[in-house]
Amino acid sequence: MSLLVVCEHDRGALSDASLEALTFGRPLAAAAGLELAAVVIGEGAEAAAAGLGDHGAATVHVASHPILTDFGPEAWGEVVAQLVRTTGATAVLACGTERGNEVVAQVAARLDQPFVANCRSVEPGTDGWSMTRVQWGGSLLEDATLVADVHLVTVAHHAVEATPADAPGAGTVAAFTPDLDDTLARTVVADRVVLTQGITLSTAPVVVGGGRGVGSAEAFAPLEELAAELGGVVGCSRAVTNNGWRPHSDQVGQTGTRIAPEIYIASGISGAIQHWVGAMAAKNILAINTDAEANMVTRAGHAVIGDLHQVVPAITEEVRRRRNS
Amino acid sequence: MRILVCVKRVPAPGARINVTADGQAVDAAHLGFTTSPHEECALEEAVQITERLGGEVTVMTLGPAAAEEQLRYAASVGAHRFVLVPITEVDWDPQRTAAALADAIGDLEAADGPFDLVLFGNESADAGGFQVGVRVAHALGRPIVNGIKGIDVGGDPEAQSSETGDVPEGQVAARREIDGGFEVYRVPMPAVLGVKEGINLPRYPTMKGRLASKKAEVAVDERTAEAGGQGRVRLHRPEEQVSETVILGTGPEAAPAVVDLLEELGVFQ
Ligand SMILES: Cc1cc2nc3c(=O)[nH]c(=O)nc-3n(C[C@H](O)[C@H](O)[C@H](O)COP(=O)(O)OP(=O)(O)OC[C@H]3O[C@@H](n4cnc5c(N)ncnc54)[C@H](O)[C@@H]3O)c2cc1C
Ligand SMILES: Nc1ncnc2c1ncn2[C@@H]1O[C@H](COP(=O)(O)O)[C@@H](O)[C@H]1O
Repeated sequence: MSLLVVCEHDRGALSDASLEALTFGRPLAAAAGLELAAVVIGEGAEAAAAGLGDHGAATVHVASHPILTDFGPEAWGEVVAQLVRTTGATAVLACGTERGNEVVAQVAARLDQPFVANCRSVEPGTDGWSMTRVQWGGSLLEDATLVADVHLVTVAHHAVEATPADAPGAGTVAAFTPDLDDTLARTVVADRVVLTQGITLSTAPVVVGGGRGVGSAEAFAPLEELAAELGGVVGCSRAVTNNGWRPHSDQVGQTGTRIAPEIYIASGISGAIQHWVGAMAAKNILAINTDAEANMVTRAGHAVIGDLHQVVPAITEEVRRRRNS
Repeated sequence: MRILVCVKRVPAPGARINVTADGQAVDAAHLGFTTSPHEECALEEAVQITERLGGEVTVMTLGPAAAEEQLRYAASVGAHRFVLVPITEVDWDPQRTAAALADAIGDLEAADGPFDLVLFGNESADAGGFQVGVRVAHALGRPIVNGIKGIDVGGDPEAQSSETGDVPEGQVAARREIDGGFEVYRVPMPAVLGVKEGINLPRYPTMKGRLASKKAEVAVDERTAEAGGQGRVRLHRPEEQVSETVILGTGPEAAPAVVDLLEELGVFQ
């Protein structure tokens, strides 16, 4: 019996998230007395399968079928469900990425089994598994139990760091040809549009954030200037996007982007928990707020108490002064 | 167009989330409630589509009797019909929720015909199970794609964006963000989509909408469903590292100290 790890790849390029799932799956499989197996699906899967042994997979199922041209949640879910039935796997694990959660939910619906998403830790047991999972985008944890014939879980993205196995698995490739109804092609990716991007909010080394305290769309100009001066980008709170001052793509938080810059300069942001979960991975936080009691201030490593409309331009000016001297 | 939107009532916590003594729920004693943000956007999208193409938006929620508040809010921003599936427990597990919603939707469809689109949020703000929509779609035998940030319904002239090109009648093109761009799905209707915040900017209720919402009729549809295999032991807050905040100064005079810090961190050379 096996623990089947669903590995994501994009046209043959394996995702780091999949390696996180394998890393998480190794001790889990050992504790549950299961063999660690992996599945890679669709065009390019062959290429993605190489190296999974190094991450501990004993068997790597490579699924191919004419409709599996690109990612498709229903088709991928059906493939995994069929593989569970044919191999008798008693557990399925994926990384809790957008695709990972979606595919495992599809498997759950197809096998009529429970599915516990975004776990931080999982302990198998004979009469049920127990786990700690993420709620509220990480602001809250839930200790949960799972009683199932097939245990379906995802591991919260970034909960573990991907590392190769001390003792590599055989990585034996096994071809799998699922029996897929052509109608499942209805949710396979039809087109892709590539947008050229510079540094993005999720990868920027510096993020200058603005909240309701900024006051208007125009008043973000000084924040833009400071961000440009520091090679960073502007982020914002939901109060700002709700007011239409910035696009949602700038929003940091539970329903926005998770950032992890060297420094997050959060100005005019109160630090509501849903904002904080998106910002807390920043290595340093500088809060600028008129209110010394604001949560952003008390949670930040550094703070300036004052009006952001004066403080932010003063910082930009000081940066320029030192650069020119 | 007949569109159904499933929304969930969730507490609106501020600086931190407190948990009740028994660990079973968020302590909502001093909190307001709101509709999960992704679902608020799903609702706005549904209203916009029917404003252009005609038709009707039905909003369904499974929750306590007080969830009527979220249905009335939906009425105030333009939805037409409202169904409350009442529960007395704090929350139902995802399998149980999905089974009840699928049954309730099935009965609405048996009476009035299928919904062209059923919209969900990508995930609920509180439980974040990432599955209720997928389970309901499967029970209804319909396609579903999650994480949707753009919807173009075939035959809607205003929705034809250059990115998705022509969408034939009876189809919906759905966009989903990926690294460095987006991918497009072309799904036959009736279809189910899981929507993400950012797809639109939800409107605020007008005074007229607010008045009308008071008169909206809420149908109460009691359902039973078996508990699923996921159980809750307790909720708890993650450990927080408490850090002493270093106050660098007050007002613009703090700028040199800030730039010293930036230099120290190596983000400014
Ligand atoms: C389910 C759910 C999900 C959510 N997801 C997100 C999310 O992803 N991201 C997010 O940001 N929010 C999210 N929210 C909203 C969140 O709860 C807060 O409402 C929001 O973050 C508040 O934004 P803010 O800090 O800009 O505004 P406020 O809370 O109004 O704070 C404004 C701050 O600016 C300060 N200020 C005012 N004027 C000045 C000035 N001149 N100079 C300096 N400081 C000034 C004030 O002292 C105050 O601290 C979510 C809410 C819910 C219920
Ligand atoms: N109690 C509920 N009532 C109505 N819709 C719900 C409920 N729970 C979940 N949903 C819908 O299902 C989506 C996914 O929920 P979840 O699986 O909990 O992440 C949510 O965004 C809602 O659209």
